[in-house]
Amino acid sequence: MNSIVVFAGKEFRDGLRNKWVAGATLLLAALAFALTFLGSAPTGLVDVKPLAVTVVSVSSLTIFLIPLIALLLGYDAIVGEEERGCLLLLLTYPVSRIEIILGKFLGHAAILTVATVVGYGAAGTAAAWSTGGDAESWRAFLGLIASTVLLGLAFLALAYFISVVVRERSTAVGLAVGLWLFFIIVYDLALMGSLVASKGRIGSGIFASLLLLNPADVYRLFNLTAFEHIRKFSGMAGLSASAHFPPAILLAVLAAWAVIPLALAASIFRRREA
Amino acid sequence: MSIITVENVRKTYNGHPVLDAIGFAVPEGKCVALIGHNGAGKTTLMKLVLGLARPTSGRLEVLGVDPATADKSFRRQLGFLPENVAFHDELTGADTLAFYARLKGLSASCCPEILERVGLSFAAARRVKTYSKGMRQRLGLAQALLGTPRLLLLDEPTTGLDPVLRHEFFQIIRQLAAAGTTVILSSHILTELEARTDLAAIMRQGRLVAFGDLDGLRREAGLPVKIRARGDAGAIARRLNGAFVKAIEPDQRSIEIDCPVGGKMALVRTLADLGEVCSDLEVRPPSLDDLYLHYSGGAISAAGEPEAR
Repeated sequence: MNSIVVFAGKEFRDGLRNKWVAGATLLLAALAFALTFLGSAPTGLVDVKPLAVTVVSVSSLTIFLIPLIALLLGYDAIVGEEERGCLLLLLTYPVSRIEIILGKFLGHAAILTVATVVGYGAAGTAAAWSTGGDAESWRAFLGLIASTVLLGLAFLALAYFISVVVRERSTAVGLAVGLWLFFIIVYDLALMGSLVASKGRIGSGIFASLLLLNPADVYRLFNLTAFEHIRKFSGMAGLSASAHFPPAILLAVLAAWAVIPLALAASIFRRREA
Repeated sequence: MSIITVENVRKTYNGHPVLDAIGFAVPEGKCVALIGHNGAGKTTLMKLVLGLARPTSGRLEVLGVDPATADKSFRRQLGFLPENVAFHDELTGADTLAFYARLKGLSASCCPEILERVGLSFAAARRVKTYSKGMRQRLGLAQALLGTPRLLLLDEPTTGLDPVLRHEFFQIIRQLAAAGTTVILSSHILTELEARTDLAAIMRQGRLVAFGDLDGLRREAGLPVKIRARGDAGAIARRLNGAFVKAIEPDQRSIEIDCPVGGKMALVRTLADLGEVCSDLEVRPPSLDDLYLHYSGGAISAAGEPEAR
Protein backbone atom coordinates (compact mmCIF):
# COMPACT_ATOMS: atom_id res chain seq x y z
CA MET A 1 0.00 0.00 0.00
CA ASN A 2 2.79 2.34 0.95
CA SER A 3 4.54 1.55 -2.34
CA ILE A 4 1.43 2.53 -4.32
CA VAL A 5 1.57 5.96 -2.67
CA VAL A 6 5.30 6.23 -3.41
CA PHE A 7 4.78 5.39 -7.11
CA ALA A 8 1.75 7.65 -7.46
CA GLY A 9 3.57 10.51 -5.75
CA LYS A 10 6.61 10.14 -7.97
CA GLU A 11 4.51 10.00 -11.13
CA PHE A 12 2.57 13.11 -10.12
CA ARG A 13 5.70 15.05 -9.18
CA ASP A 14 7.29 14.01 -12.48
CA GLY A 15 4.18 15.41 -14.15
CA LEU A 16 4.64 18.71 -12.32
CA ARG A 17 8.34 18.79 -13.11
CA ASN A 18 8.12 18.05 -16.81
CA LYS A 19 5.19 20.49 -17.19
CA TRP A 20 2.62 17.87 -18.17
CA VAL A 21 0.26 19.14 -15.48
CA ALA A 22 0.78 22.81 -16.30
CA GLY A 23 0.62 22.20 -20.06
CA ALA A 24 -2.55 20.11 -20.00
CA THR A 25 -4.28 22.45 -17.53
CA LEU A 26 -3.46 25.55 -19.57
CA LEU A 27 -4.49 23.90 -22.81
CA LEU A 28 -7.85 22.78 -21.43
CA ALA A 29 -8.47 26.11 -19.72
CA ALA A 30 -7.56 28.12 -22.82
CA LEU A 31 -9.83 26.11 -25.09
CA ALA A 32 -12.69 26.15 -22.61
CA PHE A 33 -12.35 29.92 -22.18
CA ALA A 34 -12.17 30.41 -25.92
CA LEU A 35 -15.31 28.37 -26.53
CA THR A 36 -17.13 30.13 -23.72
CA PHE A 37 -16.29 33.73 -24.45
CA LEU A 38 -15.39 33.89 -28.13
CA GLY A 39 -17.84 31.29 -29.38
CA SER A 40 -19.59 33.70 -31.71
CA ALA A 41 -16.62 35.75 -32.85
CA PRO A 42 -17.03 34.80 -36.55
CA THR A 43 -20.37 36.59 -36.66
CA GLY A 44 -18.78 39.68 -35.21
CA LEU A 45 -20.85 39.36 -32.11
CA VAL A 46 -18.93 38.85 -28.93
CA ASP A 47 -21.11 37.78 -26.11
CA VAL A 48 -21.10 35.28 -23.31
CA LYS A 49 -22.89 32.03 -23.88
CA PRO A 50 -24.90 30.41 -21.16
CA LEU A 51 -23.30 27.55 -19.26
CA ALA A 52 -25.41 24.97 -21.09
CA VAL A 53 -23.90 25.96 -24.43
CA THR A 54 -20.46 25.80 -22.87
CA VAL A 55 -21.15 22.21 -21.89
CA VAL A 56 -22.06 21.27 -25.46
CA SER A 57 -19.12 22.94 -27.15
CA VAL A 58 -16.55 21.97 -24.54
CA SER A 59 -17.60 18.33 -24.52
CA SER A 60 -17.37 18.15 -28.33
CA LEU A 61 -13.82 19.39 -28.08
CA THR A 62 -12.94 17.17 -25.14
CA ILE A 63 -13.69 14.06 -27.18
CA PHE A 64 -10.72 14.85 -29.39
CA LEU A 65 -8.36 16.24 -26.81
CA ILE A 66 -8.64 14.26 -23.59
CA PRO A 67 -8.17 10.80 -25.14
CA LEU A 68 -5.06 12.06 -26.91
CA ILE A 69 -3.62 13.57 -23.72
CA ALA A 70 -4.37 10.38 -21.76
CA LEU A 71 -2.86 8.09 -24.38
CA LEU A 72 0.30 10.20 -24.65
CA LEU A 73 0.58 10.37 -20.88
CA GLY A 74 0.27 6.64 -20.33
CA TYR A 75 1.62 4.77 -23.34
CA ASP A 76 5.15 4.44 -21.99
CA ALA A 77 4.27 3.92 -18.33
CA ILE A 78 5.53 0.33 -18.34
CA VAL A 79 7.31 -0.11 -21.66
CA GLY A 80 9.28 3.10 -21.08
CA GLU A 81 10.52 1.90 -17.69
CA GLU A 82 11.39 -1.39 -19.31
CA GLU A 83 13.39 0.26 -22.06
CA ARG A 84 15.30 2.43 -19.61
CA GLY A 85 16.16 -0.62 -17.51
CA CYS A 86 14.31 0.73 -14.48
CA LEU A 87 11.63 -1.95 -14.54
CA LEU A 88 14.15 -4.75 -14.05
CA LEU A 89 15.50 -2.87 -11.06
CA LEU A 90 12.07 -2.08 -9.58
CA LEU A 91 11.09 -5.74 -9.76
CA THR A 92 13.99 -6.65 -7.47
CA TYR A 93 12.57 -4.25 -4.88
CA PRO A 94 10.12 -5.40 -2.23
CA VAL A 95 7.15 -4.19 -4.30
CA SER A 96 4.63 -6.20 -6.27
CA ARG A 97 3.86 -5.69 -9.94
CA ILE A 98 0.30 -4.75 -9.02
CA GLU A 99 1.65 -1.99 -6.79
CA ILE A 100 3.86 -0.70 -9.61
CA ILE A 101 1.11 -0.51 -12.23
CA LEU A 102 -1.58 0.71 -9.85
CA GLY A 103 0.68 3.33 -8.27
CA LYS A 104 1.76 4.72 -11.61
CA PHE A 105 -1.82 4.71 -12.88
CA LEU A 106 -3.04 6.64 -9.85
CA GLY A 107 -0.26 9.20 -10.35
CA HIS A 108 -1.19 9.71 -13.99
CA ALA A 109 -4.88 9.76 -13.08
CA ALA A 110 -4.17 12.55 -10.61
CA ILE A 111 -2.45 14.56 -13.35
CA LEU A 112 -5.47 14.21 -15.65
CA THR A 113 -7.92 14.98 -12.86
CA VAL A 114 -6.10 18.12 -11.75
CA ALA A 115 -5.80 19.37 -15.33
CA THR A 116 -9.49 18.76 -16.03
CA VAL A 117 -10.89 20.11 -12.78
CA VAL A 118 -8.70 23.21 -12.74
CA GLY A 119 -8.80 23.90 -16.48
CA TYR A 120 -12.53 23.41 -17.07
CA GLY A 121 -13.46 24.48 -13.58
CA ALA A 122 -11.92 27.90 -14.11
CA ALA A 123 -13.69 28.43 -17.42
CA GLY A 124 -17.00 27.17 -16.08
CA THR A 125 -16.84 29.32 -12.99
CA ALA A 126 -16.05 32.35 -15.11
CA ALA A 127 -18.94 31.64 -17.46
CA ALA A 128 -21.37 31.12 -14.61
CA TRP A 129 -20.14 34.21 -12.83
CA SER A 130 -20.73 36.47 -15.81
CA THR A 131 -24.08 35.04 -16.90
CA GLY A 132 -25.37 33.29 -13.85
CA GLY A 133 -26.05 29.62 -14.34
CA ASP A 134 -29.22 27.91 -13.28
CA ALA A 135 -29.09 24.80 -11.13
CA GLU A 136 -29.52 22.36 -13.99
CA SER A 137 -26.74 24.00 -16.01
CA TRP A 138 -24.51 23.65 -12.99
CA ARG A 139 -25.35 19.98 -12.67
CA ALA A 140 -24.62 19.52 -16.35
CA PHE A 141 -21.31 21.30 -15.92
CA LEU A 142 -20.32 19.15 -12.96
CA GLY A 143 -21.36 16.13 -15.00
CA LEU A 144 -19.10 17.38 -17.78
CA ILE A 145 -16.11 17.55 -15.45
CA ALA A 146 -16.80 14.16 -13.87
CA SER A 147 -17.34 12.43 -17.20
CA THR A 148 -14.27 14.12 -18.70
CA VAL A 149 -12.16 12.72 -15.86
CA LEU A 150 -13.68 9.26 -16.47
CA LEU A 151 -13.07 9.55 -20.23
CA GLY A 152 -9.46 10.43 -19.47
CA LEU A 153 -9.12 7.44 -17.13
CA ALA A 154 -10.64 5.13 -19.75
CA PHE A 155 -8.07 6.12 -22.36
CA LEU A 156 -5.33 6.12 -19.74
CA ALA A 157 -6.25 2.51 -18.93
CA LEU A 158 -6.16 1.67 -22.65
CA ALA A 159 -2.73 3.30 -22.84
CA TYR A 160 -1.55 1.13 -19.92
CA PHE A 161 -2.88 -1.92 -21.69
CA ILE A 162 -0.80 -1.00 -24.74
CA SER A 163 2.20 -0.32 -22.53
CA VAL A 164 2.02 -3.79 -21.03
CA VAL A 165 1.49 -5.81 -24.21
CA VAL A 166 4.23 -4.30 -26.39
CA ARG A 167 7.97 -4.59 -25.92
CA GLU A 168 9.10 -1.35 -27.57
CA ARG A 169 8.20 2.27 -27.00
CA SER A 170 7.94 2.99 -30.72
CA THR A 171 5.31 0.24 -31.12
CA ALA A 172 3.44 1.69 -28.16
CA VAL A 173 3.33 5.18 -29.71
CA GLY A 174 2.04 3.75 -32.96
CA LEU A 175 -0.64 1.73 -31.22
CA ALA A 176 -1.67 4.69 -29.07
CA VAL A 177 -2.16 6.94 -32.10
CA GLY A 178 -3.92 4.11 -33.93
CA LEU A 179 -6.26 3.57 -31.01
CA TRP A 180 -7.08 7.26 -30.92
CA LEU A 181 -7.85 7.33 -34.65
CA PHE A 182 -9.99 4.22 -34.30
CA PHE A 183 -12.13 5.33 -31.39
CA ILE A 184 -12.37 9.03 -32.21
CA ILE A 185 -12.58 9.09 -36.01
CA VAL A 186 -12.98 5.69 -37.63
CA TYR A 187 -15.51 4.13 -35.29
CA ASP A 188 -18.18 6.79 -35.80
CA LEU A 189 -17.60 6.98 -39.53
CA ALA A 190 -17.90 3.21 -39.83
CA LEU A 191 -21.03 3.25 -37.73
CA MET A 192 -22.61 5.97 -39.84
CA GLY A 193 -21.48 4.28 -43.02
CA SER A 194 -23.07 1.01 -42.05
CA LEU A 195 -26.25 2.79 -41.02
CA VAL A 196 -26.47 4.42 -44.44
CA ALA A 197 -25.45 1.28 -46.31
CA SER A 198 -28.02 -0.84 -44.52
CA LYS A 199 -30.68 1.83 -45.23
CA GLY A 200 -31.62 1.95 -41.58
CA ARG A 201 -32.12 -1.79 -41.24
CA ILE A 202 -29.80 -1.79 -38.23
CA GLY A 203 -32.20 -1.63 -35.35
CA SER A 204 -31.96 1.31 -33.04
CA GLY A 205 -31.32 -1.07 -30.15
CA ILE A 206 -28.25 -2.52 -31.84
CA PHE A 207 -27.11 0.94 -32.87
CA ALA A 208 -27.39 2.19 -29.30
CA SER A 209 -25.46 -0.72 -27.86
CA LEU A 210 -22.75 -0.26 -30.51
CA LEU A 211 -22.32 3.27 -29.18
CA LEU A 212 -21.57 1.84 -25.73
CA LEU A 213 -18.61 -0.06 -27.18
CA ASN A 214 -16.73 3.19 -27.67
CA PRO A 215 -15.88 5.22 -24.56
CA ALA A 216 -15.87 8.44 -26.62
CA ASP A 217 -19.45 7.81 -27.76
CA VAL A 218 -20.52 7.00 -24.23
CA TYR A 219 -19.06 10.32 -23.17
CA ARG A 220 -20.86 12.12 -25.98
CA LEU A 221 -24.16 10.46 -25.14
CA PHE A 222 -23.79 11.38 -21.50
CA ASN A 223 -23.01 15.04 -22.04
CA LEU A 224 -25.42 15.69 -24.87
CA THR A 225 -28.44 13.76 -23.68
CA ALA A 226 -28.32 13.52 -19.94
CA PHE A 227 -29.81 16.93 -19.23
CA GLU A 228 -33.11 18.03 -20.64
CA HIS A 229 -32.33 21.54 -21.82
CA ILE A 230 -28.94 20.60 -23.24
CA ARG A 231 -30.62 18.21 -25.64
CA LYS A 232 -32.25 21.22 -27.27
CA PHE A 233 -28.88 22.86 -27.96
CA SER A 234 -27.08 19.74 -29.00
CA GLY A 235 -29.50 18.58 -31.65
CA MET A 236 -29.47 15.18 -30.06
CA ALA A 237 -33.17 15.12 -29.31
CA GLY A 238 -33.78 12.62 -32.11
CA LEU A 239 -31.00 10.28 -31.14
CA SER A 240 -31.71 10.49 -27.47
CA ALA A 241 -35.20 9.17 -28.09
CA SER A 242 -33.81 5.99 -29.64
CA ALA A 243 -30.66 5.66 -27.60
CA HIS A 244 -31.68 6.87 -24.24
CA PHE A 245 -29.68 5.47 -21.38
CA PRO A 246 -29.98 6.77 -17.85
CA PRO A 247 -27.00 9.07 -17.07
CA ALA A 248 -25.91 6.84 -14.18
CA ILE A 249 -25.66 3.86 -16.55
CA LEU A 250 -23.55 5.89 -19.00
CA LEU A 251 -21.19 6.97 -16.24
CA ALA A 252 -20.97 3.37 -15.06
CA VAL A 253 -20.12 2.19 -18.59
CA LEU A 254 -17.46 4.88 -18.82
CA ALA A 255 -16.03 3.76 -15.47
CA ALA A 256 -16.04 0.16 -16.71
CA TRP A 257 -14.00 1.35 -19.69
CA ALA A 258 -11.41 2.55 -17.20
CA VAL A 259 -11.49 -0.47 -14.90
CA ILE A 260 -11.52 -3.35 -17.39
CA PRO A 261 -8.48 -2.42 -19.54
CA LEU A 262 -6.53 -1.57 -16.40
CA ALA A 263 -7.44 -4.88 -14.77
CA LEU A 264 -6.45 -6.71 -17.97
CA ALA A 265 -3.18 -4.79 -18.12
CA ALA A 266 -2.44 -5.60 -14.49
CA SER A 267 -3.12 -9.29 -14.91
CA ILE A 268 -0.98 -9.52 -18.06
CA PHE A 269 1.79 -7.58 -16.34
CA ARG A 270 1.63 -9.84 -13.30
CA ARG A 271 2.04 -13.01 -15.32
CA ARG A 272 4.81 -11.69 -17.53
CA GLU A 273 8.43 -12.66 -16.93
CA ALA A 274 11.03 -9.94 -16.67
CA MET B 1 26.20 -22.13 4.94
CA SER B 2 25.55 -21.51 1.27
CA ILE B 3 23.77 -18.30 0.49
CA ILE B 4 23.09 -19.39 -3.08
CA THR B 5 22.53 -22.98 -4.13
CA VAL B 6 21.92 -23.79 -7.77
CA GLU B 7 21.20 -27.37 -8.77
CA ASN B 8 21.05 -28.58 -12.35
CA VAL B 9 19.25 -25.48 -13.55
CA ARG B 10 18.07 -25.20 -17.12
CA LYS B 11 16.38 -22.20 -18.67
CA THR B 12 14.93 -22.01 -22.17
CA TYR B 13 13.35 -19.10 -23.98
CA ASN B 14 10.96 -20.24 -26.73
CA GLY B 15 12.55 -23.69 -26.66
CA HIS B 16 16.02 -22.25 -27.12
CA PRO B 17 18.29 -23.12 -24.17
CA VAL B 18 19.94 -20.11 -22.55
CA LEU B 19 21.22 -21.91 -19.46
CA ASP B 20 21.84 -25.62 -19.14
CA ALA B 21 22.98 -27.92 -16.34
CA ILE B 22 24.09 -25.06 -14.09
CA GLY B 23 25.08 -26.09 -10.58
CA PHE B 24 27.13 -24.34 -7.91
CA ALA B 25 27.00 -23.06 -4.35
CA VAL B 26 28.23 -19.74 -2.98
CA PRO B 27 29.18 -19.50 0.72
CA GLU B 28 28.07 -16.38 2.59
CA GLY B 29 30.44 -13.42 2.53
CA LYS B 30 32.28 -14.37 -0.66
CA CYS B 31 32.84 -12.20 -3.70
CA VAL B 32 32.13 -14.10 -6.91
CA ALA B 33 33.10 -13.06 -10.42
CA LEU B 34 30.72 -14.21 -13.12
CA ILE B 35 32.70 -14.33 -16.33
CA GLY B 36 31.61 -15.00 -19.86
CA HIS B 37 31.07 -13.64 -23.35
CA ASN B 38 28.11 -11.47 -24.07
CA GLY B 39 25.26 -13.92 -24.43
CA ALA B 40 26.89 -16.59 -22.27
CA GLY B 41 23.94 -16.43 -19.89
CA LYS B 42 25.31 -14.25 -17.09
CA THR B 43 22.38 -11.85 -16.98
CA THR B 44 19.87 -14.70 -17.23
CA LEU B 45 21.56 -16.44 -14.31
CA MET B 46 21.33 -13.21 -12.29
CA LYS B 47 17.64 -12.91 -13.15
CA LEU B 48 17.06 -16.43 -11.85
CA VAL B 49 18.91 -15.66 -8.61
CA LEU B 50 16.89 -12.46 -8.22
CA GLY B 51 13.62 -14.29 -8.82
CA LEU B 52 12.80 -12.25 -11.93
CA ALA B 53 12.58 -15.40 -14.01
CA ARG B 54 11.84 -19.02 -13.20
CA PRO B 55 14.08 -21.90 -14.22
CA THR B 56 12.60 -24.26 -16.79
CA SER B 57 13.88 -27.12 -14.68
CA GLY B 58 16.22 -27.58 -11.72
CA ARG B 59 16.28 -25.97 -8.31
CA LEU B 60 17.48 -22.65 -6.93
CA GLU B 61 17.77 -21.59 -3.33
CA VAL B 62 18.83 -18.06 -2.43
CA LEU B 63 18.99 -16.81 1.18
CA GLY B 64 17.20 -20.02 2.16
CA VAL B 65 14.16 -19.60 -0.10
CA ASP B 66 13.08 -20.18 -3.69
CA PRO B 67 13.55 -16.71 -5.25
CA ALA B 68 10.73 -17.10 -7.79
CA THR B 69 8.09 -17.55 -5.08
CA ALA B 70 9.74 -15.60 -2.28
CA ASP B 71 7.92 -12.83 -0.45
CA LYS B 72 9.00 -9.24 0.01
CA SER B 73 11.27 -9.95 2.97
CA PHE B 74 13.54 -11.84 0.55
CA ARG B 75 13.84 -8.87 -1.77
CA ARG B 76 14.49 -6.54 1.15
CA GLN B 77 17.83 -8.34 1.60
CA LEU B 78 18.88 -7.87 -2.04
CA GLY B 79 20.82 -5.17 -3.78
CA PHE B 80 20.98 -5.14 -7.56
CA LEU B 81 22.64 -2.97 -10.15
CA PRO B 82 21.38 -3.79 -13.66
CA GLU B 83 23.68 -3.59 -16.63
CA ASN B 84 21.83 -0.70 -18.24
CA VAL B 85 19.79 1.55 -16.06
CA ALA B 86 18.79 5.10 -16.90
CA PHE B 87 17.46 7.03 -13.95
CA HIS B 88 15.01 9.83 -14.44
CA ASP B 89 16.91 12.79 -15.90
CA GLU B 90 14.84 15.49 -14.25
CA LEU B 91 15.24 14.23 -10.67
CA THR B 92 18.19 15.14 -8.51
CA GLY B 93 20.50 12.39 -7.31
CA ALA B 94 19.22 12.79 -3.75
CA ASP B 95 15.56 12.60 -4.85
CA THR B 96 16.25 9.53 -6.96
CA LEU B 97 17.88 7.74 -4.06
CA ALA B 98 15.10 8.84 -1.69
CA PHE B 99 12.50 7.33 -4.04
CA TYR B 100 14.28 3.97 -4.02
CA ALA B 101 14.78 4.15 -0.26
CA ARG B 102 11.05 4.59 0.31
CA LEU B 103 10.33 1.63 -1.96
CA LYS B 104 12.59 -0.45 0.24
CA GLY B 105 10.60 0.75 3.22
CA LEU B 106 13.44 2.93 4.51
CA SER B 107 13.35 6.53 5.56
CA ALA B 108 15.05 8.94 3.18
CA SER B 109 17.29 10.04 6.05
CA CYS B 110 19.69 7.17 5.30
CA CYS B 111 20.46 8.59 1.85
CA PRO B 112 23.11 11.25 2.59
CA GLU B 113 25.33 8.66 4.26
CA ILE B 114 25.13 6.32 1.27
CA LEU B 115 25.75 9.14 -1.19
CA GLU B 116 28.80 10.02 0.88
CA ARG B 117 29.98 6.44 0.70
CA VAL B 118 29.86 6.30 -3.10
CA GLY B 119 31.37 9.78 -3.36
CA LEU B 120 28.32 11.56 -4.77
CA SER B 121 27.57 13.98 -1.93
CA PHE B 122 28.92 16.89 -3.91
CA ALA B 123 26.34 16.33 -6.65
CA ALA B 124 23.37 15.23 -4.54
CA ALA B 125 21.35 18.36 -5.33
CA ARG B 126 22.13 18.26 -9.05
CA ARG B 127 19.80 16.75 -11.59
CA VAL B 128 20.76 13.33 -12.94
CA LYS B 129 20.75 14.90 -16.42
CA THR B 130 24.03 16.62 -15.55
CA TYR B 131 25.75 13.46 -14.29
CA SER B 132 28.64 11.79 -16.06
CA LYS B 133 28.60 8.08 -16.84
CA GLY B 134 30.69 7.37 -13.74
CA MET B 135 28.39 9.39 -11.51
CA ARG B 136 25.31 7.60 -12.85
CA GLN B 137 26.98 4.29 -12.16
CA ARG B 138 27.78 5.39 -8.62
CA LEU B 139 24.17 6.43 -8.14
CA GLY B 140 23.22 2.95 -9.34
CA LEU B 141 25.55 1.43 -6.79
CA ALA B 142 24.10 3.72 -4.11
CA GLN B 143 20.57 2.38 -4.65
CA ALA B 144 21.92 -1.18 -4.54
CA LEU B 145 23.50 -0.45 -1.14
CA LEU B 146 20.24 0.79 0.42
CA GLY B 147 19.27 -1.19 3.49
CA THR B 148 22.64 -2.98 3.77
CA PRO B 149 21.77 -6.00 1.61
CA ARG B 150 23.01 -9.49 2.45
CA LEU B 151 23.38 -10.30 -1.22
CA LEU B 152 24.55 -7.81 -3.81
CA LEU B 153 24.36 -8.54 -7.53
CA LEU B 154 26.15 -6.24 -9.93
CA ASP B 155 25.74 -6.78 -13.67
CA GLU B 156 28.72 -5.37 -15.56
CA PRO B 157 29.21 -2.65 -12.94
CA THR B 158 32.41 -1.18 -14.32
CA THR B 159 31.60 -0.99 -18.02
CA GLY B 160 32.30 2.51 -19.23
CA LEU B 161 34.20 3.61 -16.13
CA ASP B 162 37.73 4.94 -16.37
CA PRO B 163 40.50 3.13 -14.44
CA VAL B 164 40.41 5.52 -11.48
CA LEU B 165 36.66 5.11 -11.06
CA ARG B 166 36.97 1.36 -11.47
CA HIS B 167 39.50 1.32 -8.69
CA GLU B 168 37.20 3.32 -6.39
CA PHE B 169 34.31 1.07 -7.33
CA PHE B 170 36.20 -2.04 -6.30
CA GLN B 171 37.30 -0.41 -3.07
CA ILE B 172 33.67 0.07 -2.11
CA ILE B 173 32.87 -3.51 -3.06
CA ARG B 174 35.78 -4.84 -1.05
CA GLN B 175 34.62 -2.92 2.03
CA LEU B 176 31.20 -4.50 1.63
CA ALA B 177 32.60 -7.98 1.26
CA ALA B 178 34.73 -7.40 4.33
CA ALA B 179 31.57 -6.48 6.24
CA GLY B 180 30.01 -9.83 5.30
CA THR B 181 27.95 -9.00 2.21
CA THR B 182 27.99 -11.65 -0.49
CA VAL B 183 28.79 -9.99 -3.81
CA ILE B 184 28.23 -11.41 -7.26
CA LEU B 185 29.49 -9.37 -10.15
CA SER B 186 29.74 -10.04 -13.81
CA SER B 187 32.30 -8.56 -16.09
CA HIS B 188 34.17 -9.16 -19.26
CA ILE B 189 37.09 -6.99 -18.22
CA LEU B 190 38.81 -9.82 -16.41
CA THR B 191 42.13 -8.48 -15.25
CA GLU B 192 40.45 -6.00 -12.93
CA LEU B 193 38.60 -8.80 -11.15
CA GLU B 194 41.72 -10.78 -10.46
CA ALA B 195 42.82 -9.55 -7.06
CA ARG B 196 39.33 -8.68 -5.95
CA THR B 197 37.27 -11.84 -6.05
CA ASP B 198 37.32 -15.04 -4.02
CA LEU B 199 35.58 -17.23 -6.55
CA ALA B 200 35.20 -17.26 -10.29
CA ALA B 201 32.38 -18.79 -12.29
CA ILE B 202 33.19 -19.08 -15.97
CA MET B 203 30.27 -19.44 -18.32
CA ARG B 204 30.22 -20.40 -21.95
CA GLN B 205 27.17 -20.74 -24.16
CA GLY B 206 24.82 -21.21 -21.24
CA ARG B 207 26.99 -23.72 -19.41
CA LEU B 208 29.15 -23.31 -16.34
CA VAL B 209 32.55 -24.49 -17.53
CA ALA B 210 34.49 -23.73 -14.35
CA PHE B 211 33.73 -22.72 -10.80
CA GLY B 212 36.10 -22.30 -7.91
CA ASP B 213 38.77 -20.13 -6.33
CA LEU B 214 41.38 -18.72 -8.68
CA ASP B 215 44.31 -20.80 -7.35
CA GLY B 216 42.32 -23.98 -7.70
CA LEU B 217 41.25 -23.09 -11.22
CA ARG B 218 44.86 -22.30 -12.15
CA ARG B 219 46.05 -25.67 -10.87
CA GLU B 220 43.22 -27.48 -12.59
CA ALA B 221 43.83 -25.74 -15.89
CA GLY B 222 47.57 -26.48 -15.74
CA LEU B 223 48.35 -23.33 -17.66
CA PRO B 224 52.01 -22.40 -18.04
CA VAL B 225 53.71 -19.47 -16.36
CA LYS B 226 54.74 -17.07 -19.10
CA ILE B 227 58.31 -15.84 -18.86
CA ARG B 228 59.78 -13.21 -21.12
CA ALA B 229 63.57 -12.94 -21.03
CA ARG B 230 65.53 -10.13 -22.65
CA GLY B 231 69.10 -10.43 -23.82
CA ASP B 232 70.75 -12.78 -26.31
CA ALA B 233 67.71 -14.82 -27.29
CA GLY B 234 69.69 -17.36 -29.29
CA ALA B 235 72.06 -18.09 -26.42
CA ILE B 236 69.17 -18.45 -23.97
CA ALA B 237 67.37 -20.87 -26.27
CA ARG B 238 70.56 -22.94 -26.63
CA ARG B 239 71.04 -23.03 -22.86
CA LEU B 240 67.48 -24.34 -22.43
CA ASN B 241 67.98 -26.85 -25.28
CA GLY B 242 64.84 -25.36 -26.78
CA ALA B 243 62.71 -26.68 -23.91
CA PHE B 244 59.53 -24.62 -23.17
CA VAL B 245 60.57 -22.00 -25.71
CA LYS B 246 57.47 -20.57 -27.29
CA ALA B 247 58.69 -17.80 -29.53
CA ILE B 248 61.74 -15.67 -30.26
CA GLU B 249 61.30 -12.08 -31.35
CA PRO B 250 62.61 -11.42 -34.89
CA ASP B 251 65.22 -8.98 -33.54
CA GLN B 252 66.71 -11.76 -31.36
CA ARG B 253 66.52 -9.46 -28.33
CA SER B 254 63.81 -11.28 -26.36
CA ILE B 255 62.38 -14.74 -25.97
CA GLU B 256 59.07 -16.07 -24.72
CA ILE B 257 59.03 -19.17 -22.55
CA ASP B 258 55.97 -21.12 -21.38
CA CYS B 259 56.99 -22.91 -18.22
CA PRO B 260 54.92 -25.40 -16.18
CA VAL B 261 53.99 -23.95 -12.77
CA GLY B 262 56.13 -26.53 -10.91
CA GLY B 263 59.31 -25.79 -12.89
CA LYS B 264 59.20 -22.05 -12.58
CA MET B 265 61.82 -21.51 -9.85
CA ALA B 266 64.31 -23.90 -11.43
CA LEU B 267 63.99 -22.12 -14.75
CA VAL B 268 64.32 -18.67 -13.20
CA ARG B 269 67.51 -19.81 -11.40
CA THR B 270 68.95 -21.16 -14.66
CA LEU B 271 68.21 -17.89 -16.43
CA ALA B 272 69.64 -15.83 -13.57
CA ASP B 273 72.86 -17.85 -13.74
CA LEU B 274 73.33 -16.87 -17.38
CA GLY B 275 74.74 -13.53 -16.29
CA GLU B 276 75.12 -10.96 -19.11
CA VAL B 277 73.29 -13.13 -21.64
CA CYS B 278 69.96 -12.56 -19.92
CA SER B 279 69.49 -8.93 -18.90
CA ASP B 280 65.88 -8.85 -17.78
CA LEU B 281 63.12 -11.20 -16.74
CA GLU B 282 59.36 -10.81 -16.70
CA VAL B 283 57.34 -13.56 -15.00
CA ARG B 284 53.59 -13.63 -15.49
CA PRO B 285 51.39 -16.28 -13.84
CA PRO B 286 48.30 -17.33 -15.79
CA SER B 287 45.86 -14.44 -15.53
CA LEU B 288 42.11 -14.61 -15.29
CA ASP B 289 42.13 -13.78 -18.99
CA ASP B 290 44.20 -16.88 -19.72
CA LEU B 291 41.98 -18.98 -17.49
CA TYR B 292 38.93 -17.63 -19.19
CA LEU B 293 40.34 -18.35 -22.63
CA HIS B 294 41.35 -21.82 -21.50
CA TYR B 295 37.97 -22.71 -20.04
CA SER B 296 35.89 -21.01 -22.65
CA GLY B 297 37.73 -23.14 -25.12
CA GLY B 298 39.22 -22.71 -28.57
CA ALA B 299 39.68 -18.99 -28.20
CA ILE B 300 43.49 -19.23 -28.09
CA SER B 301 43.80 -20.45 -31.64
CA ALA B 302 41.02 -18.10 -32.65
CA ALA B 303 43.16 -15.22 -31.39
CA GLY B 304 45.82 -16.24 -33.89
CA GLU B 305 48.47 -17.37 -31.41
CA PRO B 306 50.27 -20.51 -32.52
CA GLU B 307 50.48 -23.39 -30.06
CA ALA B 308 53.90 -24.07 -28.48
CA ARG B 309 56.17 -25.91 -30.87
